[in-house]
Amino acid sequence: MSHESTYVPGSAIERWLDKRLPIIRLGYDSFGDFPTPKNLNYWYTFGGILSVCLVIQIVTGIILAMHYTPHVDYAFESVEHIMRDVNYGDIMRYAHANGASMFFIAVYLHMFRGLYYGSYKDPREMLWIIGVVIFILMMATAFMGYVLPWGQMSYWGATVITSLFSAIPLIGDSLKTLLWGGYSVDNPTLNRFYALHYLLPFLIAGAVILHIWALHIPGNANPTGVEVKSKKDTLPFHPYYTVKDGFAIVVFFILFAAFLFYMPNSLGHPDNYIPANPLVTPEHIVPEWYFLPFYAMLRAIDFNFLFISSKLGGVIVMFSSLIILFFLPWLDRSKVRSHRYRSTAAKLWFVLFVADCVFLGWLGGQVAEQPFILFSQLATAFYFIYLLVILPLLGLMETPKELPKSISEDVLSNTKKKAAISATPEPVAQPAE
Amino acid sequence: MNTIIKTLITATAFFGLSVGIANAAGGETKELKHHHWTFAGITGAYDKESVQRGFQVYREVCSACHSLDYVAFRHLGQKGGPFYMEKCPEGFPSTQDCRQPIANPIIKALAAEYEIEDGPDDGGDMFMRPGLPADYMPGPYANVQQAAAANGGAIPPDFSLIAKARHHGPDYIYSLLTGYEDPPETITIAEGTYYNPYFPGDSTSLLKPEYVDDEGHVLEGVKVPYGGVLKMKAPLSDEIVDYADEETPETVEQYSEDVTNFLMWAAEPKLESRKRMGMISMIYLFIFAGIVYWSYKQIWSDVDH
Repeated sequence: MSHESTYVPGSAIERWLDKRLPIIRLGYDSFGDFPTPKNLNYWYTFGGILSVCLVIQIVTGIILAMHYTPHVDYAFESVEHIMRDVNYGDIMRYAHANGASMFFIAVYLHMFRGLYYGSYKDPREMLWIIGVVIFILMMATAFMGYVLPWGQMSYWGATVITSLFSAIPLIGDSLKTLLWGGYSVDNPTLNRFYALHYLLPFLIAGAVILHIWALHIPGNANPTGVEVKSKKDTLPFHPYYTVKDGFAIVVFFILFAAFLFYMPNSLGHPDNYIPANPLVTPEHIVPEWYFLPFYAMLRAIDFNFLFISSKLGGVIVMFSSLIILFFLPWLDRSKVRSHRYRSTAAKLWFVLFVADCVFLGWLGGQVAEQPFILFSQLATAFYFIYLLVILPLLGLMETPKELPKSISEDVLSNTKKKAAISATPEPVAQPAE
Repeated sequence: MNTIIKTLITATAFFGLSVGIANAAGGETKELKHHHWTFAGITGAYDKESVQRGFQVYREVCSACHSLDYVAFRHLGQKGGPFYMEKCPEGFPSTQDCRQPIANPIIKALAAEYEIEDGPDDGGDMFMRPGLPADYMPGPYANVQQAAAANGGAIPPDFSLIAKARHHGPDYIYSLLTGYEDPPETITIAEGTYYNPYFPGDSTSLLKPEYVDDEGHVLEGVKVPYGGVLKMKAPLSDEIVDYADEETPETVEQYSEDVTNFLMWAAEPKLESRKRMGMISMIYLFIFAGIVYWSYKQIWSDVDH
């Protein structure tokens, strides 16, 4: 840990344990006394929210696994058994299905927050990279989880996405056969997806530990982007941030509960309540909402380029959109971390980038026809141009605003401003007596 | 800055174009009828009597072709189900707990009206016996091939989840059942198929030749009718089902409403307990959020921020 340990074992048993396995010290230093910048806003609560999401997914998932049967003849039926006959089974399944969506809402906001405040910049590159690894693992887990109920969208989504691997030159077809465990999406596919769907969350949990470790070496970034200079800039994590994160988590739970209890199927597709049928293709095959931006990029490439077929082109573009995120810490050439101290142009381009991602998501849900393909091409192009051209150039060209000397100076000046506003005598209507 | 504005203008222009194109496309269905459902909303609950009548409609009409594979007789008698009993009727021994579907006299009698194949017996033969509450509802066909053969190649879908397996399921079912009409003048339909403006399909291919040019394009000014054709003829007609209760009208609208309520219950039998739990959770979460927010303000009160 980057700060000196202040843990003092309070009892004989703690002293005994501390000499042998200082696990309480680890917990205390990481989540008790850990010095945290005092100016973190609510955008910084998504880390805590995401850990809660992971725990919810694992707990509900293990309970569902106790009642689920990974076999093409029984999978759909066993899900209905969970919904109808298992005590609180409907709540467990709806919590797990909507929990995935909540997880992605939180992770997208967490990532955009990192982007806006330049959280990935030196010395937090590893933190960001591990985060991208977690994101990719999440996508793989969610994709395989959606296949398990073995409804129409499960089956056809799996067919479409796994078929993409055949576009890879030389090894593509063998890779696809390996994924399928045969020559079509069938029982072996369902079995291996189930095994991997159970495994990957634990890899995510491991990566989360690394993510927190990589966070605790340099310490938290913060909205000013100015590093912690003295003790005055920080607060112990507990109770200051446990209570702030705690409040954010409860508010997030209200959103979660609204979906879980009142509109549990609104984020899913009705076709997934029809058992998988290899002989009937659904009219529109659409993935879950959180994959739509990437699906739009995949479908945007409807032309061959040199020796690259449109299919391979789409796959390259889609995977590049994720891979490129690994290089973000070096693509962003800005002298300051936070957009707060960057030019208006930088802020506007950032807003456009966010809008572009949302637009891509909308496009992913439309039919693959003109003009949506053209829009997808433009939006995909902008996604890459922003990250590869605009972001580096902005950093080189712009003159950032003056940074505050320290976090506490910034906080104090804000407080003064607020005080000045509230100190202004307000014209109060005096009641005539 | 100029580029941003230009991009925005172009995007808006394209967006407008796309909307225009979408409106011109065929294969649209008529806008669904928006019915008020008692199970909608945060305090929604099933209209028990309507679900009971809906079950009667299902049993006497729909079940001739449509199975209900995931619904067992006992489900009808569990809490939230149409025949749930809070306590046994007069004359039953006090030891009998009619809240249990297995002891519910209506469910027992209902199940016994069905013949269920069981076995093999000690001699190795399958045999028929009266149904028990634990049995699942027997379907009309032995297998999908038989179902297809009996319906001109179309397989009648299972009804257990139909209300969730269609976009806006309840409104769709209601609209479809009440929406059968004579095919518009502009199309010809094959024998054994029936036109319905709410059924997803594309009626472009059904247009009479005089409305289409040599290359198969629809002539200008010709409106492609909504919806499409299906192999199920209008299943309901007035007075087709005889309701025991004299006051409920025996009309297609009423039957459709009742059977939709029943099918929604079949798809989502735990809806009521889920929404009740939601209410409790929400109240809890709002109070808890208030307490945590107050704690947050307290704890942070000594910090300049």
